[in-house]
Amino acid sequence: DAQNAFKVRISIKTALGDNAYAWDANEEYLFKAMVAFAMRRYSSKSTTQISNVLLCNVTDRVSFWFVVTDSSKNVTTVPGSEVEAAIRMNRNRINNAFLLSDKTLQFLKITSTLSPPVDPPTPVWLIVFGVVLCLIVAGIVFLIVSGIQKHKKKNKEPTERENLEEKVEVTLENGIPCEALDLKAGHINGVFAADDDRFTSL
Amino acid sequence: LSATPEAPKEDGRPKWDNKFQYILSCIGFAVGLGNVWRFPYLCQIHGGGAFLIPYFIALLFEGIPLLHLELALGQCLRKGSIGAWNTISPYLGGVGVGSWMVSVLVSLYYNTVLTWVMWYFINSFQEPLPWSVCPLNENRTGFNEECYESTAVNYFWYRKTLNITPDIAESGTFQWWLILCLAACWAIVYLCTIRGIETTGKAIYVTAIFPYLVLTIFLIQGLTLPGATEGLIYLFTPNLNTLKNPRVWLDAATQIFFSLSLAFGGLIAFASYNPTKNDCEKDAVTVALVNSMTSLYASIPVFSVLGFKAKTAYWDCLDRNIINIINEFDLPEESIMRQNYTFWISFLNSSYPEKIAGLKLKSCDLQQFLDQSVSGTGLAFIVFTQAIILMPGSQAWAILFFIMLFSLGLSSMFGNIEGVFTPLLELQIIPKSAPKELLSGIICLISFLIALCFTLGSGSYWIDIFDRYAASVPLLIIAFFEVIGVVYIYKIKRFSEDVEWMTGRKLNLFWQITWRFISPLLLLIVFMAFVILQMQKPPSYTAWNPKYEGFPMKEEKVYPPWVQAICVLLAALPGMCVPLVALFHLVKQRHRSKEPSFVLPEVSSCQGANS
Repeated sequence: DAQNAFKVRISIKTALGDNAYAWDANEEYLFKAMVAFAMRRYSSKSTTQISNVLLCNVTDRVSFWFVVTDSSKNVTTVPGSEVEAAIRMNRNRINNAFLLSDKTLQFLKITSTLSPPVDPPTPVWLIVFGVVLCLIVAGIVFLIVSGIQKHKKKNKEPTERENLEEKVEVTLENGIPCEALDLKAGHINGVFAADDDRFTSL
Repeated sequence: LSATPEAPKEDGRPKWDNKFQYILSCIGFAVGLGNVWRFPYLCQIHGGGAFLIPYFIALLFEGIPLLHLELALGQCLRKGSIGAWNTISPYLGGVGVGSWMVSVLVSLYYNTVLTWVMWYFINSFQEPLPWSVCPLNENRTGFNEECYESTAVNYFWYRKTLNITPDIAESGTFQWWLILCLAACWAIVYLCTIRGIETTGKAIYVTAIFPYLVLTIFLIQGLTLPGATEGLIYLFTPNLNTLKNPRVWLDAATQIFFSLSLAFGGLIAFASYNPTKNDCEKDAVTVALVNSMTSLYASIPVFSVLGFKAKTAYWDCLDRNIINIINEFDLPEESIMRQNYTFWISFLNSSYPEKIAGLKLKSCDLQQFLDQSVSGTGLAFIVFTQAIILMPGSQAWAILFFIMLFSLGLSSMFGNIEGVFTPLLELQIIPKSAPKELLSGIICLISFLIALCFTLGSGSYWIDIFDRYAASVPLLIIAFFEVIGVVYIYKIKRFSEDVEWMTGRKLNLFWQITWRFISPLLLLIVFMAFVILQMQKPPSYTAWNPKYEGFPMKEEKVYPPWVQAICVLLAALPGMCVPLVALFHLVKQRHRSKEPSFVLPEVSSCQGANS
C-alpha cells in the first residue's frame, strides 16, 4: 500500500451481463501479464517479468491493489508515474484483453483521455435546414407564380366578352391595348382600380 | 349591388371552401402550445383532478359566452376587428385597434418560440442527439464545465440554442443560427398565409389534424413506458383542498381565457368570412369543447412521459447510491439490487454508520422527482427532451414531437396573422389592385426584421416579458370592453335579434344572462385579481448565470427600471387605445358640429348591412 500502488476496480457483470466470466487465478495471471507487457512497451527494456507484478487484497467486488517491482534494483517498486504512463499508453490493449472499457476496468488514480465526439465537416443540422428552406422557397415561388397567372387570366377574360361595358370603357379611356397592360407583370392594373369607384359601395 | 359576373363572391369577400375548414381553423387557432405545456402543469400544481372543477366552471361562464360573442360579431358584421368595431360605433373603434395591436405583439414573439422548435427539429436528425452528451473541454480531460455542473440538456438549451446572457441588460450578440431558423419560420408563415384564408384554409387541414395523430402515438408509447402509471395517478389524483385557494380559480379563469385565444381579433376575422346564415352558437360550443378536450387528451401522454422520466431519475439515484456502497464496502457486484436496497441500507447503517454517513448518499424519493413540475419552454425543451433521450429510437420521437409542437404553434400563428392581415386589408393600406400576396409579404418581412431582437443573447428574457405582459392584461381589458360594447352600446336586444336571424332560433336565456352580467363581472374580477397579484411583488425573472454561487439553480433578479417601464407600456398600450380612440372621435365630433353632442352616432345593424 505504498504510493506506488494502484487500486483497480473491475465490473464484469455490468459490462458483459450474461456473458460475464468469473474472476479467478487465471484472470489474475492475465492481468499481471498485461501490466508487464505495458511496462515493457513503455520503457522498451525487456526486463519486467510477470513475477514483478504483485497483486494483493483481492475482494469479491472485484477490486485489488497492485505494484510493479523492479528486480534489477533490489526489489524496489517502480515509481507510480512510470506505471501510470505505461498503463495510459496501453489502456486500449488492456481493456480489450478483458473485453471491458474504461468505465468497467477502473484504475482509480489514472484518468483517461476521453475520445472526441465525431464531428462531420458540415453540421448535420445545416443540411436539414437547407432541405427545409429549399422546399419552402419552392412553395412560395409556385404560389406567387400561380397567383400571377390567375391574375393575368382574370384580366384577359373581360377583354374576350363583348357585352360588358367595362371592356368598351377600357379601350376608350386609355387607348392602351390590354396586352400591353399585362406586360406590367399583371400586378397593378390601374384601369380596373379606377373602375371600382364607379360602383356604389356596399 | 350588382354581383360581378365572374366572381362567385357577392361582396368580393373571400370565403371558406367549406364549414369544416372554418371550424378547423378556429380549433387550430385555439389549440396551441399552451394546451400541451400549460394545462398539464396547472392540473398538476392545483390538485390534479380537482382543478377540472374550476376549469369547467370558467369554461361554461366565461369561455363559451365570450367565444360565441366574438364569432357572432364577426359573422354578423363581416369585417375584421377594426372594421367591425368601427361599424358598431366609432367610439368603440379603439377596441379593434387594441385587438390588432395585441395580435401584432403576439405574432412577433410567438414565431420566435416556433424558431426554437424548428432549431430542435433540425437538430433531431443526428446520432447521438446533441442534447444527450456534454461536449469536451479544451484539453479533453473532462466535460465542459458549464455542461458538467448542470445537465447536457440544460447546456444545449441555454448555451447552444439561446446562448443566453446572465442579465437582461446585457444584450449579447445575434445568434446567426437562430436568425436562419427565424427566417425559415417567417417564410413558412408567409407560404401559408400568402393569400389569406385561401391558403391557410388548405394548410390548416395538415397543421390542425397532425398534432392529434402525434399525440395519439405518444399516448400509446407513453402508456407502455415504466413509470407512466405513477405519473398519471399523480396527475389526476384529486386534492379538493386546493379549491380553497383563490389562486386556483384565478388560474383556471385565465387559462380558459388565453387558451381560447379570445380578444385577439383573429376569431372575428375568421367568422367574418362565413356566410351570415350560419349557426354560430353551435360553432362556439364545438370549438370550446374541442379545445378543452384536447387539453385533457394532451395531458395524458405528457404525464406518462413525465412519470417515466421521474421513475428513471429515481432508478438512477438508487443505482448511483448502490454503486457507491458496493465500491466502499467491496461487496460483489449485483449483491444489492433496487428491490433490497432499503434492507441493505438499514443493515449497513446499523453496522457501519460512520462509513455510510461518509458516503453522503442522496435520499431517493420518487415523489420528489414527480414534484418537479415545469411548464412552458422548460417542459418542452428541457424535461421532455431529456425523457426522449431515454426512449429507444430517440431520433424518431424527437422529430415527431417537434413537428407536433411546430404544427400546434403554426395553426395558432394563422389566427394571429389573420387578426393582423384582415383589418389592414380592409383599411386598404395598399391600393386595392395590389395583390394580397404583397400585403402578407410586407407583414411577414417587417415582423421578421423586428423579431430579430429576440435572437439576441437576452432574447428569451424579452419573450418572457412579452408573454407575461403583452398577452395577458390587455386581452382582459379588451374582452371586457367587447362584452360591454356589444351588450350596452350595440344593445343586447338588437344583438339577440341578429343572432336569431343568423342561427334561425331564438337566443337562449343562458346567453342573455352570461353576456349581460356574469361574463363582464367575471372578467372584471379576474382582471383586478391579476393586477393585484402582479403588483404584490416587484417583477422579477430568473436568469441563467454560470457564475452564480447557486448554479445550476437559476438566479432570481429584479428587472431594471427601464425594463419595468417597457413592461408597463406593453400592458397598458393596447388597453389605452380604447379610451384614446373614443376621445379622438369625441374631439372630432365636437370640432365638426361645433356643439356638444354626446349622442352616439347611428349604429348599423348586421341585418341592414347585408340585406
